[in-house]
Formats: sequence, C-alpha cells, structure tokens
Amino acid sequence: MSKERWNLNKELAQMLKGGVIMDVTTPEQARIAEEAGACAVMALERIPADIRAAGGVSRMSDPKMIKGIQEAVSIPVMAKCRIGHFAEAQILEAIEIDYIDESEVLSPADDVYHIDKTNFKVPFVCGAKDLGEALRRINEGASMIRTKGEPGTGDVVQAVRHMRMMNREIAKISSMREDELFDEAKELRVPYELVQYVHDHKRLPVVNFAAGGVATPADAALMMQLGAEGVFVGSGIFKSGDPVKRAQAIVKAVTNYNDAKLLAELSEDLGEAMVGINEQEIELLMAERGK
Amino acid sequence: MNRRSSFLWLKGVNRLKVGILAVQGAFIEHEHKMQALGATCVEIRKKEDLNQHFDGLILPGGESTVQGKLLNDLDMFADLKKRIQQGIPTLATCAGLILLAEHISNDDKAYFQTLPVTVKRNAYGRQLGSFYTEEEVKGIGQVPMTFIRAPYVESAEDEVEVLAKVEEKIVAVRYGTQIGLSFHPELDENNKIHEMFYQMMEAA
Repeated sequence: MSKERWNLNKELAQMLKGGVIMDVTTPEQARIAEEAGACAVMALERIPADIRAAGGVSRMSDPKMIKGIQEAVSIPVMAKCRIGHFAEAQILEAIEIDYIDESEVLSPADDVYHIDKTNFKVPFVCGAKDLGEALRRINEGASMIRTKGEPGTGDVVQAVRHMRMMNREIAKISSMREDELFDEAKELRVPYELVQYVHDHKRLPVVNFAAGGVATPADAALMMQLGAEGVFVGSGIFKSGDPVKRAQAIVKAVTNYNDAKLLAELSEDLGEAMVGINEQEIELLMAERGK
Repeated sequence: MNRRSSFLWLKGVNRLKVGILAVQGAFIEHEHKMQALGATCVEIRKKEDLNQHFDGLILPGGESTVQGKLLNDLDMFADLKKRIQQGIPTLATCAGLILLAEHISNDDKAYFQTLPVTVKRNAYGRQLGSFYTEEEVKGIGQVPMTFIRAPYVESAEDEVEVLAKVEEKIVAVRYGTQIGLSFHPELDENNKIHEMFYQMMEAA
C-alpha cells in the first residue's frame, strides 16, 4: 500500500468520526440502520451475541450476502475477516468493501500472525486492548483502531478498560523524555517512529472508535467522554426490543455526548435492552484473541 | 496569520466567529484550520448552539445522510437554511456540498437546496475509488485535493461560478457567498481555501 493510499484510508475513518457503525445481517436491517443515522454498517451473517450462542467456527460472511447489503445502502459498508486470514481479506477487497475489520469476533485463522495489511488497497480496522496492540496493528497497515471490548455481551466494562488503558499509556508516553522513547518502543514491540508520533501528538496516528459491549445511549456517551471518536454497536441494536428507536437514540447520544439533559430524554422508553451477559459469566473471551 | 488578526487574537476581541456543523464527521480538522487563521470556532451540535451570531458557517465532510437526519431531528435545519439564504459565508466540503445542492442525481433526498447545482453522490465509487491530486482553483492557484468517496457536480446553473475541474468534472463552485467543494481542503497542509473563505467572512 502506498503512503498516499494509507492516507486516503485513514482519512475515510476521519469522515466516520462522531458517528455510529452498526452491525447488520440483512439488507433490511442495513436500510433500518441507514435510516436511523448509522455512518456505516458492518455486514455479517450473525451478530456477535449469536456467534457466542452458536459456538463452533465462525468465518467471513457469504460475499453474496455482503453484496446485497452494499446494494441496499449508500453509506460505507464494512465486513469482517478472521485474524490472519489474508485470503478472506482478498475476497472482501475483490468485492470492493469499504473497510475490512480483521476481527477477534470470528475464529482466528492464525494464532501468531495478523494479516500484512500493507499489501492491500482497501482499508482495515483492527481491535486493540492497549496501546501496544494498537500500534502493532497500525504498523501492519491498519488505518483505524477500535477497542476490543467484549463483543456480544452488552457489557461495556471491557471497552471502558481498554479505552482507559490506551489513554493512560498515551499520557505516559506524552510525558516521557525523548531519550526514553527508544526503550518504550522496545517494550511495546513497535517501531520508534510510531512511539515518537504518540509522544508528539498525544494521540494515536489514526482514528480510534469504541467497540464491544455498547448497548445504550448512556454507554455510547460514556465511551465518547472517555475519548472515543465514534462507536461501533454490534448486538446492542438488533438484539433489543425496539431497534429503530434505540439506533436513533444512540446516534444522537454520540453527537451530544456531553448533554445529560438530552441523554435523559434519549434514554426514555427505549424498550428492552439486549439481555446481556456479564464478563464473569462468559467462558470465551474474544478480546484475548490476537495480540 | 496576518499581523492584524494576531493582534486581535492577543486582545481576544473582534475575532471573526465561524460556526462549524459538528453533528458528525471531520469538523475538528476545519476548526484547526480556522483557528490557525485567527478565527474563533463554535461547534454546532444542537439548537441552543444557534442562539448566537456567526460570521461564517462550515459544513464539513462526513456522511450526508447522517448529518441531514440530525439537522432535522435536532431541529436546526430551518434556522441554518435561513442563514445561508440570507448570505452568511458558507464553506461546504464533500458531505457539506451534498447538503447545499438543489438536486442529488442518484438520491431522492435533498437538504438545504440553496446551491443551484446537481451533484452525484459517491460519484467515484467506493473507497477504492478515493484519490489524491492537485489542480488549479480559480483565483488562488494550485491546491492539493483529497477525494474520499466524493461527490462531484454534474451540472450547474449559469449563475454558478465553476472554480475547479478535475478530469472534466466540476469539483469546486461558488454561488454568492456559498463555496461548495467535492474534496477535503481540511485534510491537507495547504491553507489557501480556508484563507479564501476567511477573506469572504472579512468582506461580508
């Protein structure tokens, strides 16, 4: 991937800022999401809560199903491939997906290596629990980062933990002397230049969204106040009682995340939230996949 | 920053104030540009943010469907449309251009409809069609242009001034106090477009 391509891909993520990216499994859901104000949709066969319930191996979605969603909406369409599965990524690039999510939600195809994303023209978003993971993914060519959180749970605790961890590490590097950055790069297992960027700019070199466990307007506002630049909502919408209303409310909550009065209005009468499972109750921690 | 505006900045008075639509998209990038030129920026996120005077308005890039919906849902549409019609200097980039356009050729929706042009959404295709180039803009010279899933202007009424074309397609127009661009001047180092807009605000 040329520097210019990487910039264009990073810049598409900039256009998504302040927005909500919603998981959808059918063209119908995609249209609902677009109408409700999603800035992009993630096309997948099963939402994370169902993947969790079904167990077994979960893979890239059927390209036909993804194409159906591409035709249904005018906003960017993302799709997931397995960690390390560069052939799935090639297929997604061939159908001109707007963004590939190399995602821990699917079963990893490689337990050591992530995809060399610099070989692709199409942009990648990757999950991260901390700054080291984020910078390693960026070094591999990712042009957008999201917290891993814990997908399919409706429990926001891990997304909060990951966002706070990244903020803490960014603050630490920002306050370091320049001669300490070399060793920090070694600790994080990333090139010096990326650490230097974080030191100089007090932020990641790419856009950082929150993901994994966001289920309510309040969850979205929490993540935005913690410094997320936008939000992915997976199971939280179409596993709830009133998807349209909840989707619209989360979109507005992300725009006005500091306005508690408005958030109170938005949180009224949303119907049932997804039931959710808390992190102590689950056996499979997707966030531990791919580091 | 010229000497006059830096002096005003020190005094903290009489700085030009630009309202930047901040419901979704890349609005921070515009803020940084305008602040560097000496303007004060106000983020417009909700109706109460409109209870003040602005010298200029920026409609940033992002998703036009989201921005258009939030403008209505948050009850800001009519107020902003009125200001644009009354001639507030307006800089609209990418999604912003779509919001201003009178017609969208490949979409039933239309928003402010204050700019008599027909635009085509996602005219260069999906993200793989996004590109960077440099081209002449009338009056200010060569400008870097970043196109992200960009629209272009298919046709414009006679009274609309075409400022730039890329491969025969219109990518920059001016109509009265409205500037509409397919590309993203806020993403590149060059400040020429924002300087042109700043001067329009000063003259207004």
